Amino acid sequence: MTTVTDKTPDRQEPAAPGRIARVLDSDIFHSFWRSKVTVLSAFITLLFIIGAAFAPWLAPHNPFDLATISILDARLPPIGMEYHDPSYLLGTDDQGRDVFSGILYGARISLAVGFLSVFFAAVVGVLLGLIAGYVGGKVDAIIMRIAEVQLTFPAILIALLVDGVARALVGNLDRERYAFWILVFSIALSFWVQFARTVRGSTLVERNKEYVQAARLIGIPPFLIMIRHVLPNVIGPVLVIATINLGLAVITEATLSFLGVGIPPTQPSLGTLVRIGNDFLFSGEWWIAMFPGCALAILVLAVNLLGDWLRDALNPKLR
Amino acid sequence: MLAFTIRRLLQAVLVMLVVALISFTLFRFVGDPVNQMVGVETTPEQREALRERLGLNDPVLVQFGRFITKAARFDFGTSYQFRQPVAELIGRRLPATLELSFVSAVLALLVGIPMGVYTGLHRDSWLSKLFLSISLIGISLPTFFIGILLIFVFAVTLQWLPSFGRGGVVQLGWWSTGLLTWSGIKALILPAITLGLFQMTLIMRLVRSEMLEVIRTDYIKFARARGLRERSINFRHALKNTLVPVITITGLQLGSIIAFAIITETVFQWPGMGLLFLQAVQNVDIPIMAAYLMLIAFLFVTINLIVDLLYFRVDPRLRVERAAH
Repeated sequence: MTTVTDKTPDRQEPAAPGRIARVLDSDIFHSFWRSKVTVLSAFITLLFIIGAAFAPWLAPHNPFDLATISILDARLPPIGMEYHDPSYLLGTDDQGRDVFSGILYGARISLAVGFLSVFFAAVVGVLLGLIAGYVGGKVDAIIMRIAEVQLTFPAILIALLVDGVARALVGNLDRERYAFWILVFSIALSFWVQFARTVRGSTLVERNKEYVQAARLIGIPPFLIMIRHVLPNVIGPVLVIATINLGLAVITEATLSFLGVGIPPTQPSLGTLVRIGNDFLFSGEWWIAMFPGCALAILVLAVNLLGDWLRDALNPKLR
Repeated sequence: MLAFTIRRLLQAVLVMLVVALISFTLFRFVGDPVNQMVGVETTPEQREALRERLGLNDPVLVQFGRFITKAARFDFGTSYQFRQPVAELIGRRLPATLELSFVSAVLALLVGIPMGVYTGLHRDSWLSKLFLSISLIGISLPTFFIGILLIFVFAVTLQWLPSFGRGGVVQLGWWSTGLLTWSGIKALILPAITLGLFQMTLIMRLVRSEMLEVIRTDYIKFARARGLRERSINFRHALKNTLVPVITITGLQLGSIIAFAIITETVFQWPGMGLLFLQAVQNVDIPIMAAYLMLIAFLFVTINLIVDLLYFRVDPRLRVERAAH
């Protein structure tokens, strides 16, 4: 599971200095700084990404190292309450694992699932949308009919179903080992439709433009026209959908894990942590469930606000 | 109208067939049904006899035909984990889910519409801003966490309401209802809020944006010019016209309420279909998964069909547009 960190996309600054200056002077950048809520959300999101990416170095304890956790430290309350231990900021769970470190490691898995599943959903959706829009005819009809059928059902139901089938196919023994990828796969499969529909719509417009006709005339193969020429012109809205879907993907992951069909408790995500803590709600140890839950809610809220802003900034015609 | 109805009906049948195919594939190819039914000591001959009896050696197309005829009668065989007919299991749990879904839909409408009207009419008041912020948080909070928060506040800390189960249930024929006992109603409150909160924010935002749009139209300006009272303009003229999309969306959302009930039922251990389905996913109980899938698909397709036909009936512009094509 440690390989996951390498794949967490980090925010890249444009390379050339001329570009940086241009970005700093653009409308988007100004509208970003003008909205305090957006700056705060970006800050929180960044904080989560950094915390998740560097969890092994930032976390005060390693919740998965059996040598360092002790059952004697179990169920310690957070700082500020009676009987707390100052080295456990947000208390400990039933096995003596630090809740704060658990959140850092959990956010790592939640964000990894979120980013990866949205990435795969975008790749599948964009490709199918391009093909449907550019080729048209029967191919278009088939792809879009599938999309329509899928759209009548809520994403979470499809993810749950794909997850169930995948778990059945994998079998009992390997279920935990592949849980991460099963989850990524099921969320990606339930989210591709929106990408495909948007890209198809813009592709339909682009394919009749002169540059595409010119490319076709000089004999560039259709696949290359799609990738090299049409794709760069339809990719804009994909970024917005991806940001909005990131929040949804994180929620879906947490929900499936909470329901007990997602990430297993051995490498818990934020949703799994809430599931574990839920059992101790009635015996008074509220912090085991509440802190991971709040972390999840704050993360999703920040990502959603960022997505809202991005949609409005890139499309001034909306309100 | 007739041509449209027929086309829509055919489309619905097609969707159901596709879902049936998926269900059948699950049923037949994910895990060997024979392995699930017999013990370790069964001999290969006995297994073969069972295969023959279940018709698993017939051509796949014949099996699919049989699956569909059985599904039409809601016969999905026996659950692997409970060793009981699936139809019976689901039938017993259906009332709990439908009751919960219905109450939360009504709750969402009763609270969502007034909030939407208010925020639409008083755009800049502090209360509108409060409502909008709450709705944003409502959309961002995962359903299961809302449930846990409610349990923590009202069941654990204040101890006002129960945190799990359905409370007292009264049997009316095959239908069991919790609405007739005090403990049943108390048990329903928290799950209904949890399930309805998301729909409520959705309805509120929808009514708000529709109101904002309607208020700018000429006929409202004309009503103002005629000197009608503000209340009459807002509710008799404006609100009425916003309700068509609201009814459509609510109708469409009814299906997803039933689907989202899976989460709420798990949090509150509500003995409905969703909880049954989740146990089936956890234990790879294919017959229940297949049956639930078909049932939900049927509900969705029916609701979509009804909403589409109603819309076509209600909105004359749609008919003109279709005719022009």
